[in-house]
Order: sequence, then C-alpha cells, then structure tokens
Amino acid sequence: MTCRQGKLRLQKWYITRELVQTVLARKPKMCSFLEWRDLKIVYKRYASLYFCCAIEDQDNELITLEIIHRYVELLDKYFGSVCELDIIFNFEKAYFILDEFLLGGEVQETSKKNVLKAIEQADLLQEKTETISVLSNIKS
Amino acid sequence: MVVPSLKLQDLIEEIRGAKTQAQEREVIQKECAHIRASFRDGDPVHRHRQLAKLLYVHMLGYPAHFGQMECLKLIASSRFTDKRVGYLGAMLLLDERHDAHLLITNSIKNDLSQGIQPVQGLALCTLSTMGSAEMCRDLAPEVEKLLLQPSPYVRKKAILTAVHMIRKVPELSSVFLPPCAQLLHEHTRNRLSCILLGTITLITELCERSPAALRHFRKVVPQLVHILRTLVTMGYSTEHSISGVSDPFLQVGGHSSKTMTNTSPLSSPQVATNTDTSRNAGNAVLFETVLTIMDIRSAAGLRVLAVNILGRFLLNSDRNIRYVALTSLLRLVQSDHSAVQRHRPTVVECLRETDASLSRRALELSLALVNSSNVRAMMQELQAFLESCPPDLRADCASGILLAAERFAPTKRWHIDTILHVLTTAGTHVRDDAVANLTQLIGGAQELHAYSVRRLYNALAEDISQQPLVQVAAWCIGEYGDLLLAGNCEEIEPLQVDEEEVLALLEKVLQSHMSLPATRGYALTALMKLSTRLCGDNNRIRQVVSIYGSCLDVELQQRAVEYDTLFRKYDHMRAAILEKMPLVERDGPQADEEAKESKEAAQLSEAAPVPTEPQASQLLDLLDLLDGASGDVQHPPPLDPSPGGALIHLLDLPCVPPPPAPIPDLKVFEREGVQLNLSFIRPPENPALLLITVTATNFSEGDVTHFICQAAVPKSLQLQLQAPSGNTVPARGGLPITQLFRILNPNKAPLRLKLRLTYDHFHQSVQEIFEVNNLPVESWQ
Repeated sequence: MTCRQGKLRLQKWYITRELVQTVLARKPKMCSFLEWRDLKIVYKRYASLYFCCAIEDQDNELITLEIIHRYVELLDKYFGSVCELDIIFNFEKAYFILDEFLLGGEVQETSKKNVLKAIEQADLLQEKTETISVLSNIKS
Repeated sequence: MVVPSLKLQDLIEEIRGAKTQAQEREVIQKECAHIRASFRDGDPVHRHRQLAKLLYVHMLGYPAHFGQMECLKLIASSRFTDKRVGYLGAMLLLDERHDAHLLITNSIKNDLSQGIQPVQGLALCTLSTMGSAEMCRDLAPEVEKLLLQPSPYVRKKAILTAVHMIRKVPELSSVFLPPCAQLLHEHTRNRLSCILLGTITLITELCERSPAALRHFRKVVPQLVHILRTLVTMGYSTEHSISGVSDPFLQVGGHSSKTMTNTSPLSSPQVATNTDTSRNAGNAVLFETVLTIMDIRSAAGLRVLAVNILGRFLLNSDRNIRYVALTSLLRLVQSDHSAVQRHRPTVVECLRETDASLSRRALELSLALVNSSNVRAMMQELQAFLESCPPDLRADCASGILLAAERFAPTKRWHIDTILHVLTTAGTHVRDDAVANLTQLIGGAQELHAYSVRRLYNALAEDISQQPLVQVAAWCIGEYGDLLLAGNCEEIEPLQVDEEEVLALLEKVLQSHMSLPATRGYALTALMKLSTRLCGDNNRIRQVVSIYGSCLDVELQQRAVEYDTLFRKYDHMRAAILEKMPLVERDGPQADEEAKESKEAAQLSEAAPVPTEPQASQLLDLLDLLDGASGDVQHPPPLDPSPGGALIHLLDLPCVPPPPAPIPDLKVFEREGVQLNLSFIRPPENPALLLITVTATNFSEGDVTHFICQAAVPKSLQLQLQAPSGNTVPARGGLPITQLFRILNPNKAPLRLKLRLTYDHFHQSVQEIFEVNNLPVESWQ
C-alpha cells in the first residue's frame, strides 16, 4: 500500500521502489493490471492510497481486485470511514486485519463479520492484559 | 533519570512533523538509539512499544535488524500484547536468510500446543508467512493436530498453514492428505464455508504436487460440483456475498480445484447463465469458469461458450475486463481460431485504446488473427495503428505487419505497397533484413519495376531520414533509373523526372548527416549505375565520385577510388559491369551476398566471358585477377592491400567470417568437493586475445572463504587478472566465484598456465600450486 508520494504505508512480503514508481506512473484511466518481472501486479487506487497485489501467472486477476476491495471494506468497517491517517497511526492494526483475512497468500475467511469479530476478540484480550499489567504496576 | 519512552503515536507524529529528509533521519536515529538502549536494559514492560516503533521505522526503510532478538523475547512472553507485536515483528524482520528465525520454532511449538485460540492463530499466521523448510518439518505434527480441532477459527488457519508447508516441503503432502476427506465431511455437516475454502486450497495444492493425490481426489469431485451448484442456485447469506454473487471466493476456489482434477465442469453453463455480470465479482467468477474451460480438455461446445463469454467481456466498458479478455483470447487463438475470428472486429476496436497494456494485447491478438481472407482489411487497421502507436510498440507492430504481409500477400504490388508504407511510417524500427527482402521482392517483380522505382523516388524526395527506405530507394533508382526517366507508368500518374533532379537527390543523400555509412555506400553505387543508364554526360557523376575519393570513411573512399578507376581506365567495361542484376535465389542472405559478389567479380575479368550462373567457387580464381587489377592502380596507403579486402570493398557487402568453434571447458582442479573450471573464449575480432573465465564451485558441506587465485604464464605472453566476483563460495553448491583472465598471445606461442590457489576450508587453510595440463590447442593457435 503506498500513498501518492510513494511512501510505503503497509507492506507484506516484499516491495521495491521500482515497482512503486511504475505503479505511480500509470495514468488514471489505465487498466489495473501490469506485468513486472515474472509476476502480474494488480493495483487499485482509493483516494490517495494505492493498493498493490502481486499474483502469479495462473491466478485470476479479477478476483484479486475483489480481494483488494474486500480488504478496504474491512478497514473501513473497523476504523469507521477509514482515511489514510488512520492507517498511518494504526499500522499494526491494519496488519492484524490483513492477517485475519489472508493467510499465507490465500483467502482465509470470506465472511466480513467473522474477520471483524476475530479482531475484536483479539483487541479485547489485549486490553484485558494491559489493564491487568497496569493495575499490577500501580500496586507495586 | 528515566526518560519515559515515546508512545508509538507520538513517534509517528514527530516523524511526520519533520520537514526534510535529513530531519526525519535525525529523529529516527535518536529514537533508534533510545530503542537500542531500552533493549539493552531489558525493560519488559515497554518492550512491545519499542518494537512497534521499530517496525514503523523499518517500514519507512531504515535498518531494524537489532530488533530481531527482541521479537523472540516478546513471543516468549506470556502477555498477549507482547505476543501480538512479537509475532508481527517476526513476520516483518525475520526471514529465512537470518539464522535467528529458527529460534522461534520452539516458541511457536509451545504456543501451538498450549496457547489459547488467538495465540494459536498468531503462531499459525507467522508460520505460514515466514516458515522455512526446517521449521515446517519440525512443526508439521502440531499443525496436523490442529487441523482436526473443534474450533473453526483455529482450523481454518491450520489448513492454510498446511498449504504453505506443502509448498515449502513437498514431502509433507503425505501428512496432510488423509485429513482432507474428513474436513470435507465436516463441511457437509456444518456448512462452514471458511473451512471449505481452506480445504479446497489444500486439495488444490496437493493435487498440484503429486499425481497420486490427484487420483485420490477425483472421487470427491462430484461432491465439490454439488457444493458449487448449491451455491449458485440457492439463496445466499448476506455476510458472504458480494453484491448478489454468493461467495465468489469460494466459487473461484471450486473452479480451480476442478481444473486440477481435469474433469468436465457440468455446472459451468449454469454458472454462466446465473451469475450477475453487472459487477466485477460476477465477472470474476465468470472469468474463472472460462479459465477452467481453457485449462481442461473441454468439449468443443464448452470452448465456444468460453470464447463467447470472452467476447462479451470485450464489449464491457470496464478496461480491466477487456484486458483479461484479450489476454485469454490470445491463449485460445491457436486452438479455437475460427471461434475467435468471430470477434475480430471488436478486437480491432481495442487497437484504438489509449491504454498501453490494452493496445499491446490487442496488437498481439490482431496479428494472430490475420489470415488470407481478412489480410487486406486487417493490414489497413494495423497500418493505421502503426502511425499512432506508442514508440515501444512500433518495432513489434512493424515486424508483425511485415511478417503477415509475407505470409498472406494477395498480390506483389500490394506487398510492395505495404512494405513501403511500413518503411515510411516506422522505418527506423524495422528489422535489418527488411531492406534485403524488399530489394529481392522488387527485383523479382519485373512488371512492377517502373512502379516501384517511381514510388520510391517520390518517397525519397519527401524524406531522406528513414534509413531503410533510403537504402532501398537508392538501390532501386540505381537499378531502374532509366525506367524512372522514361516517364510513363500506367499505375501512377505520369511524372516528368529530370536527370539532374535524380542526381541531385542522390547527392543530397550522400551529403546528409542523417545518412549512415551503409546508406552512403548504396547511394554512391547507385550514382555509378546511373552513369550507364542516363543519357547525359557523366561529368557530374564523375565529379561526385572523385570527391569521395578522399572521404574519411575508408569503405566509401575505396569504393570511390575504384569507381573513379573504372571511369578512367576501364571505361569500356563500365556498361557491362553496371548492368542490371539478375534475380538471385533467395536461400539465405549469405548466399545472396556471395552470388552477387561472384557475379560482379566475374564481370571484371577481362578474358573470361560472363558466366550464366553465379558460383561462389569462382570467387577464389578471380581473386588473383583482382589482385592484378588493383595492383595496377596507385592506391593511397591506408587501403588494405589484401585481395580479399579489395573484393569486399568493391562489392560493398560485409563478409562475415564463420564463427569460430567454441573451445570446450576444462576442469583443472578438484579437492574435497571444491572444483575449479576454466572456460575459454577467443573473440574473432582480436585473434591474439584469449579470455579465460575461472569458476570456483563448492559442492562440499563446508564453506570456502578467503579464496585467492593467482596465475603465471610464459614470458612471451601477457597476462592480466581482473578482480574476482568475491572470495567466498558457500557450501552445497552456493554461488561460485568467477574471475576473468585476459591473455595476449600475438606470437601464437604455446600456452602454459600455472595456478596458485589459497583458501580456507573446513577450518584449515589450503594452498595449492599446480600447472594446468591438457590446455586445448585452440586456445593459443
């Protein structure tokens, strides 16, 4: 995921400057696919952010667009009308959401509700442990 | 004094507040120093926060390797917060290249077997992201146990982790094959689509790896088809669907697994009709159906269905859909040519796209669709495209057009016209043999000589910058100048061309700075030929020719001087020599040149009559005569006196010597798995030079380090060692070291080579000095 100035906001696996430049050079009306090295790159732009996904030759490009869209929807639901700043300041949450949606490069859960439920539970757990530790710190 | 550490949000704010790159770097360096200090002190409470900050910094591109050990500590902690950040850090910072990654295996094992569900989830996620082969092997049993656990949350993750493991370690397929059947069973009982999705992915992966798995799973295909059908026909649950298409991800997965098992998708037509295509999700599913049909041995009817679906895609207003349609049609065009032909008009429409990827695809597909019945129409479209297409597509388009024209040209005149058009539009992008092909073509079409020369003259008069065009035009004007001046030609309107104009044009070409030396050569020869074709006196031509007698370009100079000699001493032969060339057999450019060479050489011989068929063997006999001929003339010193050289220069065709046979490689050293190989190259343009590439490879279990290779040769040779690519060869066939030796051997003295190797291997230092025997003779002769 990169913003218009080419800064990386989120990355999984690998991404290089060269790829970023190529994507940013695309004009707005061009189609969302390009070829890079021996992979196909699918990208979609949402406001000031570009979401890029690299897939293998035999994968279905159109479904990749759906995957990207689904991820953005998840972010939107979680943060409530997500904007770039949300992702910047909560990048680790964005990672966690991605990890609930995709695993090892494959779609893990197709139900939006389930993904968000899982994140909520993990967040609750985190808060619980933090409250406990804060309390123990105060006591000691 | 304890400085409270920054919270993550605050750090981010600070970094964003930096106005310049340098400022940002300062902030980050300061913070990293704090983080490092905190790691050293081992503060457990804030460790996760420090790591989170480090990860942010890492994402911006700054080094963060010192956080690797902290990831381990955080993972090992019992607090969930710590684990969450720790695992994330592991995924981002650790990978197979760092040895540290193995250290988390134990932690993962503990978490997998004893952790609560979210923790198990984290562990599985990390494992599937960065799990190396060793880790996968170690942890396979744990993952297998989790596959059959009751909780679907953990199970679905376990399944996908299994997929990753199989990709890394194919032998684990046998471990994960048996549970699949049970997992499918679960779905039919509980309808858990996430499990199903994972299972399908797992099965697909298994089938890809081994044919045995394929046979095993063929039995479950009916089950999968049934599931797919229910998805399509029955209602959908809102949480799984995307705008009315029930669980497209699952459908796609279903299709791809069917591809694996190579069975006919009976449900495909149903899917095709039921799926709503107004949104991308529907199209994605449809596209997957098409891919499935393409990948398996479908009946003809299904393939036609696929092509029609793709045809519909082509009409879609969404660019992406058109792009995938074009790509897929390209795959199908070989096998289902007639079906794809039906969509030709739409494909041609796509040529007009502004998007470069789309127009490239459209070009490839259009070229593939050209056949003898549609060639005229297609060529028109393609030529229009050539005029407006982006530069990087020009070369492909031009060569595509020329090739298609060659295969399908209805008439010679059309063919010549087409090539002419391509040369005028994209002359600089055509292949080198286009010129030769065109001259050959024109030469062969006797009835079109007048027409061709007229058109070429007109084209040349307008524009002398496109080199291939200029070369062909010059050649033609030289050969058929009389036809040009005769003035009447049925096929174009009559044009009165003056002798002076023609000469002026050729002179312009000669003098233009845009002309390549080869082009100048063509022009000069054309001028000479015109001296016999034109009626006027040849003073102008003689003048030009003698000017070029002192040209700086050696080839041109040689040529000009010889032509001058022709005027002065051999005038009586001039007409015969510069006669029109007969058509030569076109069995390769080399034969062409040789035939032309010998033809002209034969005409130079005073005694022998003009031979009727060109023979390359005559070349050698005539060389003596030529030697005599050139010996008479006083040539200025810079000219090459050898007869072969004179022949070449006269006939303006570069004579390519046959490429030297490659010299075989030589293995010169082997010790405990370390080998040294020499490979030899003698570049043809410099016979005294020998390039030796020394390659050191290591098939042993220990690394080779501090590798140095030195060499010595006899005094009559010169040796130059270039820097080696490195001095370490990793074990087990790691990246070899290569080093280049340059040896100059002008006297062709016998090559002898002594090598001295020093390196460390298995914790011992090794020194070897030896002379290389069995050096191939070709390396120095």
